[in-house]
Parts: sequence; structure tokens; C-alpha cells
Amino acid sequence: MKLSVGGTCFAGGSKANNTGVWRQTAPVVDLAKCVKCKICVDYCPDCAIAVDEEGCKIDMFYCKGCGICSNECPAGAIRMEV
Amino acid sequence: MTEKKNLLASGHKACPGCTVPIAVNKVLEATGKNVIVVTATGCLETFTSLIDFSSWEVPWITPLFENAAAVGAGVAAALEAKDGNERDTKVVAFGGDGSTYDIGFGALSGMLERNDNVIYVCYDNEAYMNTGVQRSSGTPFAATTTTSPCGEASFGNIKYKKNMPEIARAHGIHYVATAAISDLKDLKKKVEKAMAVKGASYLHILTPCNVGWGFPSEKSVEMARLTVNAGLFPIIEYTDGELTAVKKIKKIPVEDALFVQKRFKHLKKDEYAQQLKQVQAIADANIARYGL
Amino acid sequence: MGKTVKVMEGSMAVANAIRSCKTDVIAAYPISPQTHIVEYLSDFAANGELNGKYINVDSEFSASSFVYGASATGARSYTASSSQGLLLMTEVLYNIAGSRLPLVMTGVNRTVSPPISIQPDHQDTMTLRDVGFIQLHVESIQEAYDTHIQAFRIAEDHNVLLPVMVCMDGWILTHAYEPVTIFDDADVYKFVGGPIKPYQKMDPFDEKPVNYGCYADEDKLMEFKYLIMEAHKNAEKVIEDVALEYKETFGHFAGGLIDAYRTEDADVILVGMGSVTGTIRCAVDELRAEGKKVGLLKIRSFRPFPGRQIAAACAGARVVGVIDKALSLGYGGVLGAEVKEALCNQKNAPAVKDYIAGIGGKEVNRAVIKDIFADAEKVTKENILDQEVMYVNLNRQFVE
Repeated sequence: MKLSVGGTCFAGGSKANNTGVWRQTAPVVDLAKCVKCKICVDYCPDCAIAVDEEGCKIDMFYCKGCGICSNECPAGAIRMEV
Repeated sequence: MTEKKNLLASGHKACPGCTVPIAVNKVLEATGKNVIVVTATGCLETFTSLIDFSSWEVPWITPLFENAAAVGAGVAAALEAKDGNERDTKVVAFGGDGSTYDIGFGALSGMLERNDNVIYVCYDNEAYMNTGVQRSSGTPFAATTTTSPCGEASFGNIKYKKNMPEIARAHGIHYVATAAISDLKDLKKKVEKAMAVKGASYLHILTPCNVGWGFPSEKSVEMARLTVNAGLFPIIEYTDGELTAVKKIKKIPVEDALFVQKRFKHLKKDEYAQQLKQVQAIADANIARYGL
Repeated sequence: MGKTVKVMEGSMAVANAIRSCKTDVIAAYPISPQTHIVEYLSDFAANGELNGKYINVDSEFSASSFVYGASATGARSYTASSSQGLLLMTEVLYNIAGSRLPLVMTGVNRTVSPPISIQPDHQDTMTLRDVGFIQLHVESIQEAYDTHIQAFRIAEDHNVLLPVMVCMDGWILTHAYEPVTIFDDADVYKFVGGPIKPYQKMDPFDEKPVNYGCYADEDKLMEFKYLIMEAHKNAEKVIEDVALEYKETFGHFAGGLIDAYRTEDADVILVGMGSVTGTIRCAVDELRAEGKKVGLLKIRSFRPFPGRQIAAACAGARVVGVIDKALSLGYGGVLGAEVKEALCNQKNAPAVKDYIAGIGGKEVNRAVIKDIFADAEKVTKENILDQEVMYVNLNRQFVE
């Protein structure tokens, strides 16, 4: 495919990047403890977390395993596992 | 599966635990899609910009290290020249501390002085992290970096952190505020206030870097909280030059914030007691000045 | 076509062209001898005669950055600078050309410090030859006016999409007065195609917003540069076509890549750029009246460099002299090097001698040009290697 004029590209292509392969520790959610406060959603640098009616769900395709969600969760519902 | 539409898309190449994307997504949550983003050279540009894998879901341009403010001003002028910016598109320029404090300082000062219709956001991780943690004039006193190491004849960075928010305020712009990654509600509110300004506004966000500061990645947000509560990063707001908001801190001694970071770990030694005292004095002066 | 003939300053002619093209965004920082251009534009703005916005910025670096942002947002944009100011812009100019943003700027030629001097030569824009801009040199004030109008058409052509720098000698052209034919605003605006039609621009209401300034690795980087080279190739035809259309529209020809004057049967040809070509033109006429077979080859387009056209124009000549107003220190004349390169693989290539002249505003009048022609006449294929370069009127007492 011919390159764009001026090195431009269209928005949002990075969604194809599987940054989950970087992960060394993985978050594990205890849905019973989740209070659905969405603090983890805001604090995920990779926008890999969503909260539905059951609680917090983590998209492991993007999750780099940084552990911020676990550290910030006020309910202690997320623990990191190797 | 994400339920909200984040405008900085997943799949970017920021280090695990980087707080910059958290800040950027919160800023863009406030602005919405009707925005044009300019980023200076730095971490943010590098981890979001691989061709065909861009993370930006909004029109975005990355010019150079030292001219994000001027390019943003040009974007704003073009919007104004075309149709008086009738769709009220916002322009947000992001620069790191290196870009803001140092190399892009002149262009930023020009933009603020002209009161161009740009929200300038400094994401401050207190050193040149993208090139490997070199000292900037946003690096705090006594911190070690790869160009201000600790040694027989050095205790780390010998200069005090430049007071950028006060310099921005001195330009007479309508809105200047600081925020930290540890309080996103406050950050969003401040972006919304900046958006209401017709003209330049300056936002300064503390975005700790686990690589450069030396702490585990999961502590990234906590580190901002500790820095703020130690009095080392005042959360303030100036409206039309008047101090209109100050975030009260839950005061902790500076050691509690410093000793958990590798860049300050040398200050635990007795020989650096004087420097530790100086850091506490900086915090005390901030607390007194702003009534933190 | 409505037109007015007026005696006006070169800077005023340029300012008129920029105003008539309804440039959306103009940003500039003052430096001699560019100043009169931006002062006139400021006057237009102050009197409500400017369609777009005029902004005073904090440096040339910011001026170029400002128009870079404006152009990427789809605005017809313009800036101007000289000398140190152009050098300060350098990093941004690479960005503008690399991002394929079709803005126009005036490079008001002035020498580069040290020693500090505000006199004209080509050192400043010559230093910028590699940034990716189209560079068009003009001989006269009229040509400066005509070329700025054509520049927007060339830059904005979707087969080109490259910024254009119109190079004009400081003082000699910017501050001199000549009768200039200027055309009615409406006709000029129509010629440039009305409002700019951006190939792409940053617009938040696009379904897929465009991102500028991405990172590329080694699999794509040279390929991007290659596409810029292709665009320059495309520009060669567009520059010629726009000049012809300009003649059809406005009645006089000003443009093209080169201007070969009395070269068909010439034994000696002098090559030059900018205002000196007017001086050479007069000298050629006078020498021709004396029966000398001499000619002028004016290079208008320095980038894209019209090597083939230069070779064709010089094909019958025995000697080619190059007036070089810029030095690559440690090498020699820059234009001379490129002319030699254009000729070196030609059959029966002429001998080429480089004349370093006019540096720092050193006088190059008709008498000097005639001396150069006289010197060039003595050049042969046999002796050229002993005398490839001459520093014209070098003050020996200051260097020996």
C-alpha cells in the first residue's frame, strides 16, 4: 500500500497492538468484592478495564500488568498474580 | 469491551504503569471529540505515534520538541481565520517538563503572552524520561538523574525545581492550575474551567514515572498522592491572577514521599541530612505560601 | 484583466501579492531586510484590508511553527524571514516540507554571521536547500510579485503539495522601487483557485481524523523521502504550466524553471540566480553589441533543480561560468557544484568555472560581470583544472 502524503495516518490504529504480551504479572478480579466504583477504569493507563453489572472486567489483550488497578482498588478486589 | 470512548486508544506503547495516558485520557474526556491535539516531542509523542498505529482518536499533530505551543497557536489561528471557529473547536497542546520548562519555554511564553486560544498542558514527570531520565529544570532539588547523579562531589540535582505555574500566571492569562494524577475529578474540573476560557490557559499535571523515579509500577498514582501530601507539589488554581483554589493536604514528612523513590534514596544517609532538611524547607515554604 | 502600474517598493509588491491571494494566516518575526514586507502586511491588517489574520510572534522558530500548525489545519499560510531568522527556522522547515504542507514564504536573501552583516548574498537560503521546500529565485520586483502569486498555485497543486520559498535579494529587490504591474484582487484570487482546497487537514468532525507527524522506521523512512523527491519531479511540470497559465491570464510571462537568454549560439554562458541575472542580462546585451558570443542562463527554480534543462541550454557552449553567492565552507561555491554535476556526464561538456561573487553584498555591477566574461573567455578545457574557482574582487590585502 502506498504511503500517505506527508506521513499522516488515520486515528486509532494502535488498537491492533496486543500490548498484553508485555505482561509479567496479571490482575485477577474477585467480583464478589468489586464495588463497581470504576476507579480502576479511570486509572488504567491502557484503558483495558470496563465495569458491567457483574463488576470490573479486564481486557487482557491490552493489560500490561502494571498493577495500578490493584493498588488503587478501595475494595481490595484486584490482586496481581505471576 | 471498554464501555466509555477513550480518545487515546489502547495499544499505545507507554511503559507499564505510565501515568501520562491516564492524564491525557482524562483531559480528553473533558474536552470531548471537538478538539485538535498538539504534542511536543517526548514520551507521549513517542508511545502514541507509530505510523498506522496511532493511538489518537482525534486530529493530532506532533511537530517538534520546542514548538508545541506555537503550533497550537497556529492551529487556533487557522480555526479562527476560516470561520471564526464557529464550531468552537478546542486546541490542546501537551508538552512534558523538558519541553515546557526548557526547550519550548520561549514558544510557550509567546503563546501565553499573545493569549492564543490554546489549553497548554504540561505533563510533568520531572526529567527527560523519553531519552533515559536526564535532568530538566523541572527536576526537583537533590533528585538523581542520569545527568545529575549522586557521587563523591554531588548529591544529585543542585537546582530547585523551576516554578512554572507562577511563571505562567505572570503572563496575565485568565486561568492557571495545577493538578495531580492522584485526583482525577479535580483534573477534569480544571480542564472544564480551562475550556470556558477564551484565550490561553495553562494546566500543569504531576505524572509520576516509575522508571525515572524508581518505584514499582503499581505505586504510580500513590506516588503522586505522597508528593502532593508532602507539600512538594502544590495543587492550586489561579483565576485572573487571583488564587482561587488550594487543595488541602494530609501533611506527611517529605521522607515518606522521598524514601520510596530510588532517585532520592541517597538522602537516607546521614551525610545528606542537610539536603533532606532543604527539601523539607521547600515543602514547608509551599505549605506556608499557599496555605496547603 | 484589471491592472494598475505603480512605482512601488519590492516589499510592497510582495505584500500586495500575499493580500490578493487572501492568505488566511500570516505569522512573522521581524528581521532586516524582511521587515518592510511584514510592516506593509501589518498596515493592511490595521486598515482592515487583509482577509486573514496577521500575528506577531516571539521568534522565527515560532513564526514557522505557527504557519505549520495553521497549514495543517487547512489554512492558506505565509511567513517571511532572512538570514539568521531563516536558519533558526530550519528544523521547522524540514517538518513543513516533510508533512507536505503547501504554505508559501519569502526568503529575503541576506548573508549569515559572523561577521554580522545585513548585506545580501545567498548564504541563508542556500543553507536551506535540503529541507524539501521548492525554492524559486527572482530577478526583479515584478517577478517577485508574479512569483508569489504563482507560488500558492504550485504549492497547493495536489500533485505537488510542497511548500514554496520565494527567494529575493534583500535590499536590492525588497527596498528598491520600480514600476510594477499589479492585478486586481479578484483576478489574482481567481488565479490561485479561490480558497485553498486542502488535500488533507486536521478536522475533528472528520469520521477518521488525520494524524500528522507519525513515527516511521527504516522500512518506510527512505520511502517517505523518495515520495518528496517524486513531488519535486511533479513540481517541474507544474511550475512550467502555472507560468504559462499566468501569461495567458495576465499577459506577461514570468516563471518556469530556467530562463536561457541569448544562449543558442553562445561561446560563454554565465549562470546565476536572483537579481544578479538582471545585471548579467544587460552586460550580455552590451557584449553582444560588441560581437561577443555570450549568454545568460538564469536558474529560477533552484529546488527542484532543473539539471536536464541546464544541460540542454549549455550544450553548445565552450565555457560556463557560475556566479555563486553562497559558499559551502570547506568546499566552495554551491551553485557551481550543482551546475558541474548537471553537466559532467554530458557529451562534450563545457568547462565550468566558479565565480564567488557578491558575498556579503560585495558589488557585482555590469563592469564586474564584463570582467568575469572576459576571464571566462580565456578558460579552456586544458587550463580549467588550474583555475576552477575565482573569488571575484577578493581584497588581497586583508587575507595575505
